Amino acid sequence: MVDITKRFVDVVANDKVSFSLFPNEVCALLGENGAGKTTLMNILFGYYLCDSGEIRIYGRIVRLGSPKDAIAHGISMIHQHFTLVPSQSVLENAMIGVEGGFFLDKKKARKRLLEIEKQFGLDLDPDAMAFTLTIGQQQKLEILKALYREAKILIMDEPTAVLAPIETRELFATLRTLVDNGRSVVFISHKLNEVMEISDRILVLREGKNVAERKKSETRVQELASLMVGREILESLQCSDSAAGNTVLQLKNLRVRNSKGVVALDGFSLDLREREIVGIAGVSGNGQTELSELLFGIRRPEEGSIVLDGKEVPGGSPSAMIRAGMARIPEDRISTGVCMDLSVMDNMILVDHCREPFSKLGLINGREIRSWVLDRVRDFQVKTDGVDAPVKSLSGGNLQKVILARELAGQPKIIIACQPTRGLDVGAMEYVHQAILRQKERGAGILLISDDLDEVLLLCDRVIVIYEGRIMGELCSDGIDRERIGLWMSGVA
Amino acid sequence: MVGLSIVRRQTLPPWAEILLPVAAIFATLIIGALPIVLAGGNLFKAYSSLVYGALGTRFNLLETLVKASPLILTGLAVSFAFRARFWNIGAEGQLFAGAIAATAVGVYGTALPSWLVIPACIVSGFIAGGLWAVLPAFLKTKLKVDDVVTTLLLNYVMIHVMGFLLYGPMQAAGSSWPRSEPIMDAAHYPILLPRSRLHLGLVIAIVMVLAIWFINARTVFGYRSKCVGVNINAAHFSGVNTDMTILKTALISGGLAGLAGVGEVCAIHYHLLMDISPGYGYTGIVIAMLGNLHPVGVALSAFFFSCISIGSQTMSRMAGIPVYIEGVI
Ligand SMILES: Nc1ncnc2c1ncn2[C@@H]1O[C@H](COP(=O)(O)OP(=O)(O)OP(=O)(O)O)[C@@H](O)[C@H]1O
Ligand SMILES: [Mg+2]
Repeated sequence: MVDITKRFVDVVANDKVSFSLFPNEVCALLGENGAGKTTLMNILFGYYLCDSGEIRIYGRIVRLGSPKDAIAHGISMIHQHFTLVPSQSVLENAMIGVEGGFFLDKKKARKRLLEIEKQFGLDLDPDAMAFTLTIGQQQKLEILKALYREAKILIMDEPTAVLAPIETRELFATLRTLVDNGRSVVFISHKLNEVMEISDRILVLREGKNVAERKKSETRVQELASLMVGREILESLQCSDSAAGNTVLQLKNLRVRNSKGVVALDGFSLDLREREIVGIAGVSGNGQTELSELLFGIRRPEEGSIVLDGKEVPGGSPSAMIRAGMARIPEDRISTGVCMDLSVMDNMILVDHCREPFSKLGLINGREIRSWVLDRVRDFQVKTDGVDAPVKSLSGGNLQKVILARELAGQPKIIIACQPTRGLDVGAMEYVHQAILRQKERGAGILLISDDLDEVLLLCDRVIVIYEGRIMGELCSDGIDRERIGLWMSGVA
Repeated sequence: MVGLSIVRRQTLPPWAEILLPVAAIFATLIIGALPIVLAGGNLFKAYSSLVYGALGTRFNLLETLVKASPLILTGLAVSFAFRARFWNIGAEGQLFAGAIAATAVGVYGTALPSWLVIPACIVSGFIAGGLWAVLPAFLKTKLKVDDVVTTLLLNYVMIHVMGFLLYGPMQAAGSSWPRSEPIMDAAHYPILLPRSRLHLGLVIAIVMVLAIWFINARTVFGYRSKCVGVNINAAHFSGVNTDMTILKTALISGGLAGLAGVGEVCAIHYHLLMDISPGYGYTGIVIAMLGNLHPVGVALSAFFFSCISIGSQTMSRMAGIPVYIEGVI
């Protein structure tokens, strides 16, 4: 890709970006939130047309007018949101769009699929229904789909953001097999350690421009971080240590079932005090999601009680939680965090719109809202075309900033932060960590649910490890023993 | 290819939002030209007589406005519900419900002081239409029954209710036709201009356009209803009472359709009959879509539809084109 430029209404997402990819390599694309990584790859995948610049594949200039063209040229892209048909089997999902001919030759397709699985070490039952797969398996299926389409170039947009550490390791093994078999991979991620682990070459974008290209052997994490952000990043967090105060959140003996009716949380009790950060660590899928949904008020407990600030609150009522002074950062921003078709402004007041001065006697005060939202956008450095731009035009990281700005704006007593920095670049991550610590200094009690153990250890005063919905153990920050946590996370007491 | 990239862009610039419906109208007129030509008509003459028929004389223009009033109301009803993703395609039945309520007041409300009769017709029509829409909204929120199905089915239920009433308790004495007693004079909508049928209904429709505009743009309820429409999960998560929002939206939506029924009884027919509406409720769906679910857009597209409907009568007379071609357009 040479001199690619792409302009959206007011922003230049890519400004004369050049990018090359060689056979047998993993090339990482690195950059802050909104740097233009997804846009660049969407252009390569034929999803957007670039305003200027050219794309060459094996030396030949090509026009990629749609993803179909790109697939025909052996390019596949795996978005963060998978595009599987839940009610169909692995085999059927892999075949979609490439059946060829009127009649489905399932026998032949199955044979091919099994061959591919064998060659690349992807073990998936061809007859399993897509909705029964774990996130990691769904991703494997997406890769399988791409290979079934004879992809030579595989683009993966933040593939590890949704994976548990073990799944990430498996993914990396798969990627290695892919490049050893002549494929090339573009890997987008904010996790610098992962980038250093998997990629051969690293391309850094900043504000839509190329800033640097490094071989893995010639660089270090620190350098990459500062190239990305344009300044030194040293995440040294400071927080005046003061004793935790009164209990603000008490969970007693909770038992919760997930949507499939399986018990996801059992005998779960926990105390959270003012000026304290408690971390919930664990491999994803061990009850964290259900715990957060319970606390957000969108799932009811079957047994047990939730006591907020000394008062028992009924389960299943989001507004009761909000009234009790809880700020909530949901794990799934797109489906629960924001209304994608509404503007930044509309999303920013989603929780507080019925509070004065934003509204009075049922009437919205547009002027107050606008000036308040402008302040929030500035404080949280949300990169947007303006407060009237729809949030769906924001990059992944900026979307999260909108939610943070909304939730942390007030003076919450309790903060439930679920994967708050998932998909954020190092700069933004540092910012979020600082924001959380400031809230702690202010006196909030914070429950941090995160798959990122480093983050938990960095921020938390106490760490609770859960496994299969039960608490395995608890450690204080001065007695951290990584090995023990690792064992607990895998269910060994 | 340039066109392609415009389609892919996630937000349309404001001019495009206005231009698209206009383009749709022109496309309709061009496609509509085909059958006219096939039927051997003169195209220019046909369309000029269409315009003349709709707007050319005082009488024609006023008739167009008369026709526009119920269409504005049903269009508004549908657009307000659709905006919250309450798929109300039952405006027709809600219109009937409003018409029945207005007739009941207009025929049996003789004890009311005469100045109160019209307000009573309007309020009862609004409530009747509203409740007829709240029923499917209730089924949707409490029992998760699909609203498209229920709102549509309730149209047929309402037709049977009306049939039962008009062949039974509400049938005019001595009549063998399914029609009610005429409503009393005090229930007649005032006529706005002498020598015309232009009536209070148009004023009501325009006031409703402004009211819905205001609700959408300036009230907490309008904001919530929009959020529920865009992402009900996020709205629920944020503490919005989504069930209540849908119920209120349905009440207003059905109420607007009910007002259309009130107007037909109190200003056009002066009694209740089976074919009180030539499908205003269904046309309202098309009007709402063409008007981009915006109240002002709805008013304009309702006006357009009524132009076609009134103008085509003249067109068929002057250009010798069968009336059914209007239906095609
Ligand atoms: N469809 C769109 N319409 C308008 N602006 C857009 C659109 N898509 C992206 N942008 C803008 O282009 C810029 C680059 O966005 P992009 O999604 O490529 O960033 P990114 O590098 O993938 O960031 P992140 O790490 O947060 O995902 C952002 O400022 C974004 O707001
Ligand atoms: Mg991105």
